[in-house]
Amino acid sequence: MTAFLDALSWVFLASGGLFCVIGAVGLLRMPDIYTRVHAASVLDTLGAGLILLGLLLQAGLGLVAAKLLVIGLLIFFASPTATHALAKAAWTHGLEPMATSRRSRP
Amino acid sequence: MFYAASAGLALYAFWLLLSGHFEAFLLSAGAASALAVAWLSHRMDLIDREGHPVHLGPRALLYWPWLLAEIVRSAWDVSRIIVHPRLPISPTLVRFRPSQRTDLGRVILANSITLTPGTITIEASAEEFLVHALTEAGADALATGDMDRRVTGFEGSP
Repeated sequence: MTAFLDALSWVFLASGGLFCVIGAVGLLRMPDIYTRVHAASVLDTLGAGLILLGLLLQAGLGLVAAKLLVIGLLIFFASPTATHALAKAAWTHGLEPMATSRRSRP
Repeated sequence: MFYAASAGLALYAFWLLLSGHFEAFLLSAGAASALAVAWLSHRMDLIDREGHPVHLGPRALLYWPWLLAEIVRSAWDVSRIIVHPRLPISPTLVRFRPSQRTDLGRVILANSITLTPGTITIEASAEEFLVHALTEAGADALATGDMDRRVTGFEGSP
């Protein structure tokens, strides 16, 4: 059982790392600030989430696991707030997104 | 009063979690600090339905799993776009009017949209939301208003 949990945790850690790399590649490949922010959000959702999940399995039940969950909660609330602040700052400074089309819903 | 008590309990639980020591002195010091902070925040009128939205608790158990599934699915989609050789993006701006009745509800909607990879809330007000989507498909999914309706249900009565 411990060997199985250990293996599972490494699968989570490795795939989390992979998504972090994908997010970083996206940051470089995307053409403007708004699309780059989209790439970065892969990092702090799947990347950070999977790594935390892997660490949770390593930690087992206890205070450390609870602290990891609190870190997850912090990311859950803080990262969209920071992302929104970044996008809004770019928008208020008049940075035009290279949007190919526009939609609206009444 | 209920909100102040709940905030005090949450603070105490957080204090215990960070301390990790369970001796009589530290336990009572933590209780005293939690009480003092709860009382001060109560005096400063910081604890209300918006500052400490504990009434959302039960419904969060329904909304968060759905949001989590959305996040995983769209993070996967965005990852596939990033590793695609031609980088098939079609950035789109979406404007819509949110249907929430409270500021808290609109904050939940704005954060949910931003947390989902592929969509970012640029502007959020009671009259209009401005969202940047990485692809037209993402913009169309947003324009169906599914998330908007779910957040309004989650928010409950004001």
